[in-house]
Amino acid sequence: MSGKIAITVTVNGTTYEREVEPRLLLVQLLREELHLTGTHIGCDTTYCGACTILMDGEPVKSCTVLAVQADGCELRTVEGLEQNGELHPLQVAFSEHHGLQCGFCTPGMLMSAVHLLETNPHPGPAEIRKGIQGNLCRCTGYKNIFTAIAAASAKIQAGN
Amino acid sequence: MYPAPFKYHRASSVDQAIAMLGQIGECARVLAGGQSLLPMLKLRFDEPTDLVDIGRITGLDRIESNAAGATIGALATHRKILLSPLAQAIPIIADCAAGIADNQVRSRGTIGGSVASGDPSCDWPVLLHTLDATIRCHGRNGERTLDINGFVADLYQTVLQPGELVTGILFSVPGSGCGGAYCAFKRCAPAYPTVSVGVQLSLSGGAVKKARIALGSSAPTPIRAPAAEAELEGAAITAERIGRAADAAVAAASPYPDRRGSAAFKSQLVATLVRRAIGIAQRRANGETVKNSHEYY
Repeated sequence: MSGKIAITVTVNGTTYEREVEPRLLLVQLLREELHLTGTHIGCDTTYCGACTILMDGEPVKSCTVLAVQADGCELRTVEGLEQNGELHPLQVAFSEHHGLQCGFCTPGMLMSAVHLLETNPHPGPAEIRKGIQGNLCRCTGYKNIFTAIAAASAKIQAGN
Repeated sequence: MYPAPFKYHRASSVDQAIAMLGQIGECARVLAGGQSLLPMLKLRFDEPTDLVDIGRITGLDRIESNAAGATIGALATHRKILLSPLAQAIPIIADCAAGIADNQVRSRGTIGGSVASGDPSCDWPVLLHTLDATIRCHGRNGERTLDINGFVADLYQTVLQPGELVTGILFSVPGSGCGGAYCAFKRCAPAYPTVSVGVQLSLSGGAVKKARIALGSSAPTPIRAPAAEAELEGAAITAERIGRAADAAVAAASPYPDRRGSAAFKSQLVATLVRRAIGIAQRRANGETVKNSHEYY
């Protein structure tokens, strides 16, 4: 198997087939081939978590996954959070509680928070902090991010 | 950052992976979760001509435990291990798995990669020293099982032969009277530990029958500290013995200064973490439930 590799990925419910160079990173597939630029490249060294997406339901740093490794996988990115024109409760909460300043880390923060609330709908304070441990915010906005996630959790709980 | 170009090969079985590695030769690297390898390739610290992807080999992530012992497949991710019944049964496994890097890395990173990378900062090899684990490997000449002690031969170097794969980790499940603790001190979640210490004790009639003390990020390889173990074995645990074990562990360590801290700071951490881990291991050996995980500073 050399040269370009044919892969199929499903992103936010849409299936894409592409032929990619083996060295193409998953984040570059999303941004440059599929033009889904909501997922950001931050540190590019597996630290900051700005590129976090969900791969078969688990959070991954898409700068540290090859596109060929995602072949056959179901991916969710920040673009998939809004449904039928309605923002995801986490997006609403980030907006209401000023959970962002420059916004660069926000897509990754949101995807980590989505995974947290989907696996643990009622996280305690320590669990929320641990849920975003792999995401760095350089505006030091952690306090409001924490508040937003807690508010979204409460809102989802009340809505059910 | 793009890695340098390489050819990609996807193996669907261990035998196929070994055949591919044999055919390509020493310029091939094994790709599993990629959490150690891909950062190396992106920084171009390594430029292999070929990657053999073993990540989809069915069954290689299995976690099994019976009277004969436990086996963790090389492809078991840190998260899968954390959520396994094995981690519930052996608290030291949960201590370790819960704090390896962050949520995202735990989704992809594997125990086989942690062992095969030969990185002295990786968490699993330190813990596996305390359990006298063995490493199952497959290569051209068939299967062999190697002691974890000595498996990492030097900085980022293991005793694996070219074309040989780590396929599983084996160890005996600690019985009653046994307790362990894994204590790691790190700057933040995504970082490797500045220093980590694993302790496993087997108590009998109030005395320590067997002790294992292992250190990570404290030498060019993960190491055991036999002189520290000897300070505890054959007698009851006292504050004085704990102090002597901590001193002996510091003497066994040869930490190098880097941006995580000076050598003196790391030596101090070795002493502190050895004391702390012995305390937790002792309480657990006595049947107490003790919460423990990586600490950040």
